[in-house]
Amino acid sequence: MTAVEVSELVKRYPKSTVNAVDGITFAVEPGEVFGLLGPNGAGKTTTVGMLTTRVKPTSGQAMVGGVDVGSEPVRARSMLAVVPQRSNLDRSLSIRRNLTFHAAYHGVAAGEASARADELLEQFGLRERGNVKPDLFSGGQAQRVMIARALMHQPQVLFLDEPTTGLDPAARLFVWDRLRELREHGVTLFLTTHDMHEAALLADRVGIMDHGKLLALDIPDALMRGLPGSSTLELSVHAGDNGHSPETLIDAFAALPGVERVEPLPSDSPEPDDPLWHVRLYVSGEASRLVAPTATLLADRGLSLSGVELGEPTLEDVFIHLTGRTLR
Amino acid sequence: MTAAAIPAGVSVPVVKQRRAFVAVLRRDLLVTWSELPVFLAQVILQPLFLLFVFGKVLGSLGYTQHGYSDLLFPGLLALTAVITGMQTLAFPLVIEFGWTKEIEDRLLAPMSTGLVAAEKVLFATLRALTATTVMIPVGIIVLGSIPWRWSGVPLLVLSMILGSMLGAGLGLVLGTLVVPQRINIVFSLVFTPLLFTGCSQYPWPSLSSLRWFQIVTACNPMTYVSESMRAALVPSVPHITPWVCIVVLLCSLTVLMTIGVRGFYRRAID
Repeated sequence: MTAVEVSELVKRYPKSTVNAVDGITFAVEPGEVFGLLGPNGAGKTTTVGMLTTRVKPTSGQAMVGGVDVGSEPVRARSMLAVVPQRSNLDRSLSIRRNLTFHAAYHGVAAGEASARADELLEQFGLRERGNVKPDLFSGGQAQRVMIARALMHQPQVLFLDEPTTGLDPAARLFVWDRLRELREHGVTLFLTTHDMHEAALLADRVGIMDHGKLLALDIPDALMRGLPGSSTLELSVHAGDNGHSPETLIDAFAALPGVERVEPLPSDSPEPDDPLWHVRLYVSGEASRLVAPTATLLADRGLSLSGVELGEPTLEDVFIHLTGRTLR
Repeated sequence: MTAAAIPAGVSVPVVKQRRAFVAVLRRDLLVTWSELPVFLAQVILQPLFLLFVFGKVLGSLGYTQHGYSDLLFPGLLALTAVITGMQTLAFPLVIEFGWTKEIEDRLLAPMSTGLVAAEKVLFATLRALTATTVMIPVGIIVLGSIPWRWSGVPLLVLSMILGSMLGAGLGLVLGTLVVPQRINIVFSLVFTPLLFTGCSQYPWPSLSSLRWFQIVTACNPMTYVSESMRAALVPSVPHITPWVCIVVLLCSLTVLMTIGVRGFYRRAID
């Protein structure tokens, strides 16, 4: 049984002329970490909303833990847990009671809930703060409490909507570590993010979403490998004074086999008589293979190579390739 | 770390939904209990002052006739029931839906969304009933004595329950209609008229000399709570026949709950 299965899912909000989610289809296997990557407004949160029974699909089907969320929302709710973007902790209850009441809503017996709350508070570094109310908590602490709370009823699938947006770096690393632990325990994680680094780091597979559509879906490596001209080679060249212009050089580089395109970068001149040109070559395949040919090309022209930097493609490049826009 | 699989095609047992319902109610009761003094001050202060000024001070100064406090007391019980029910439900609901989103954890519990709304109504009714019951000893302390008829107690209790539910129904409608930015405006626009056109300070039949106002007050369902309270405690004062009050209240409740639950679903599910 798949953990999450979505087919032809569509959501159009009332009074809107476009579909917020526009016919997406995919499946998530049990124990998988699935990341939905896209800019704000891509339809990620709406997708999670539909999968977690809070948004009613306009058409299509969504199953979580084998339960149809559209026709059996109540049963689906015991299969899943949600960690939202913004804290929705119960401000009238202590952190510990946030956890134990969540368990009670889900029918976990009091003794078991109490033991599990202690265990999770410990794991999430909150043992000392169990009796504090969440008003005083920072974003990172609230996030930890919400993840701990979500685990109280041992859901089959844990949905995390932008789990680290707005967190400071230390809090982000802490959340990432906890999520990796959960993955090791075989919990299925479904996360949305607009942070490509986060997606590449955590997710087994990444779906790239924009304007309500799923543009690509694969393991991060495959997405990046499939990208034409995404490895880069940045060269710094001592221009000298033998009459070459950056433009002629660019044409020469572009003619090399394996180079997709060449982009001039701003020049600088650390010494007044010796300007330094910078160019970036977009390469298909391994960028390092082009170091020797470019050096030869420059030497033939009496120019010398002063610096080389190899760049690997990122999911951001994949996104730019698919949409023509940057992620943010 | 996975939940025990429930075989396909089996809906969530009633037991599980009932457990979730009880847990949510327990949460609300616990929170009320932990802020009991605040709760009591919040619900008692307004009727206490109304009772003191209109029932005691004006009477002592001779501005009101003897016996006015007997007429006022049942009206203030009605006012306490309706206002407390409404405040208990509407204010937190507006905040929870519009701002803190606290309600989300309960909306994601394995219970139907309608049950979450039903718990809100039950809890608001219980709080309003408590507040109204507390008003009885408060009345004795402030006024020295209150009109009391043991034979009127069944009707009194029924009026208290219906009045509390009416408040909860009004609260559910308001709480799901109002966005947090408008909460102040809407409440002052609804609260004050509700407070003064609900016949808590005067009996409805006596308004026949002020026909237009009598019609206005007849449109406020709280009037029927005040009137049936008077029928229970001071039957000598002219009042609307209790069965008419009960029928009108039941109809009002049906309408309010229908609109309120529909509004709740609209807020809970996009």
